[in-house]
Amino acid sequence: MSVNVKANTKSGKLTGFSEKTSDIILVVICAIILLIVAYPLYYVLIASVSNPYDVFAGKTFLLPSQFTLDGYKAVFADSSILTGLLNSFKYTIIGTVFSVTVLYLAAYPLSVKDLPGRKFFSLFFIITMYFGGGMVPTYLIVKQTGLINNMWALFLPGGVAVGNMIIVRNFFENSIPKEMIEAAEIDGASKWTTFIRIVVPLSRSIMAVMVVFSMVAYWNDWFTSMIYLPSPSKAPLPLVLRNILIKSSASASQASTISGGFAELNKMTEMIKFSSIIIAAVPMLIVYPFVQKYFEKGFMAGAVKG
Amino acid sequence: MSKSKPVAANAVMTQKSLKRRILDNWQLYAMLLVPVALTIIYKYIPMYGIQIAFRDYKASRGFTGSEWIGLEWFQRFFSAPTFGRMIKNTVLLSLFSLLWSFPIPIILALMLNQMRFHRFKRVTQTVLYAPHFISTMVICGMIRIFLSPSGGLINLIAGTSIDFLTESSAFRTIYIASGIWQDAGWGIIVYMATLSSIDTSLYEAAKVDGASLFQRILHIDLPGLASIMVLNLIMSAGNLMNVGFEKVWLLQTDLNKATSDVIAVYVYQQGIENAKYSYSTAVGLFNTVINIILLIIVNKIAGKMSDDTSFI
Repeated sequence: MSVNVKANTKSGKLTGFSEKTSDIILVVICAIILLIVAYPLYYVLIASVSNPYDVFAGKTFLLPSQFTLDGYKAVFADSSILTGLLNSFKYTIIGTVFSVTVLYLAAYPLSVKDLPGRKFFSLFFIITMYFGGGMVPTYLIVKQTGLINNMWALFLPGGVAVGNMIIVRNFFENSIPKEMIEAAEIDGASKWTTFIRIVVPLSRSIMAVMVVFSMVAYWNDWFTSMIYLPSPSKAPLPLVLRNILIKSSASASQASTISGGFAELNKMTEMIKFSSIIIAAVPMLIVYPFVQKYFEKGFMAGAVKG
Repeated sequence: MSKSKPVAANAVMTQKSLKRRILDNWQLYAMLLVPVALTIIYKYIPMYGIQIAFRDYKASRGFTGSEWIGLEWFQRFFSAPTFGRMIKNTVLLSLFSLLWSFPIPIILALMLNQMRFHRFKRVTQTVLYAPHFISTMVICGMIRIFLSPSGGLINLIAGTSIDFLTESSAFRTIYIASGIWQDAGWGIIVYMATLSSIDTSLYEAAKVDGASLFQRILHIDLPGLASIMVLNLIMSAGNLMNVGFEKVWLLQTDLNKATSDVIAVYVYQQGIENAKYSYSTAVGLFNTVINIILLIIVNKIAGKMSDDTSFI
């Protein structure tokens, strides 16, 4: 080893210049990539607090112009956006609790090596990763089970997120000491007790990742709601934003609250576009860095026996 | 798990213990109850319902009671005026996406892996992941804002006033570029994880031998990533016909349909908007079958190339 280190420092001296140059080149390239990824988000952020006419005129490339929070005020004065925001919070919280619970209920039994039928159940779930009924047959079943316009249509048809379940199962198999489970069971703890008292507390890191994945999926979803929840009062935030961002139309409640005529309404609509993008994107952008360090580990564990 | 009568005492023992093992684990089976029930109802029954692609589905008669009409829906799809256009758009959009979005995360991961300033590396990763956590709806809203002919960022910078979303020649570029912006960063995770498991003594040895940075990447990193790259490629090839519905639908305008008309959008419009349940199911099934064929072909080719057929 010592020979290795010596040789290494020696070669470090010899190739010191090229190492340094490559470091600089790497940093510069990374900085450019960072800029490309971050700038669009930054631009929307500063545009959301600027005068929309200045945004249109191209005066907000670097800094906000005529700072204003009118866009955000307008968003929170808009009853349809507010309803969407509340619906999104509700769906995200209930959906995440439900989905992560179902995920754990499926993953733990499948991680117990001597469970009779374990292979069968694994295959039973994995098949659904590759084959599905498709949009219409699934829609018809959701309809027949009476879930149209029912919030549970967002949670139940998703069933078990199989890819995530495999990651969790592999985590149980590889990272929870078997001896602890065996010891608990010798002491008379039931399978359920060991699951709740030992497995769940020891798997907090992977649970955090699954909670974030699930939150992101529910917070960002609009397609499922569009199909299964046709009632406007049940639309989550992204679906409400469709009218504003994609169809570019002002909502009725907006039109009624603004007195300044068409030009004023148009200006408001543009401002709301920017501020509503920020409101829809920020919650998840705040959440994911907390579990970022577990991403690689989780994917590695999932890839081992995917 | 055969239930034939045991002949030897040994077999009695194992059968007893199997029974007891099942009884001992009843709580685990109880845990599986909800996930299994959900999967049967919302995954397996719809699979069974695919048969309406060969029937004239009537809600009152159900999946199995509706009249059997064979391949009529498929024939109708093949003779639809936009059939050729949809197939071509689906394949090309997917293929061009793959050509761009496959190598970029690999290049990013190889670069970041060489980064020695750990703080900077972590910040870069955090920022690169960010767009992945934003809703497709919001992304498409941003695309529309940036591409707007009046006051859109791109037109402001270029000093033009082009309405990009009405140009069918620009659609694929918009779709693919925004896709890379959103997901290339997220795509590096699996490669970063693989690279971090490479034995560092290899780098030391290569340095001693005077290998340059580029040579180290070429001879150590790339071979280390080879198997995961092939795996990813197979998975993408098997999804070649699965162009994401959401983004295409949100970016589609009447004027860019020449390139944005894809099968997934058609399935949605026919099935959910027009309630042509059987027809839409037939179109979806056609798409799935092509996908499976592609998956098998690519898997075979990759298997021959690497002498390892155990990928799937």
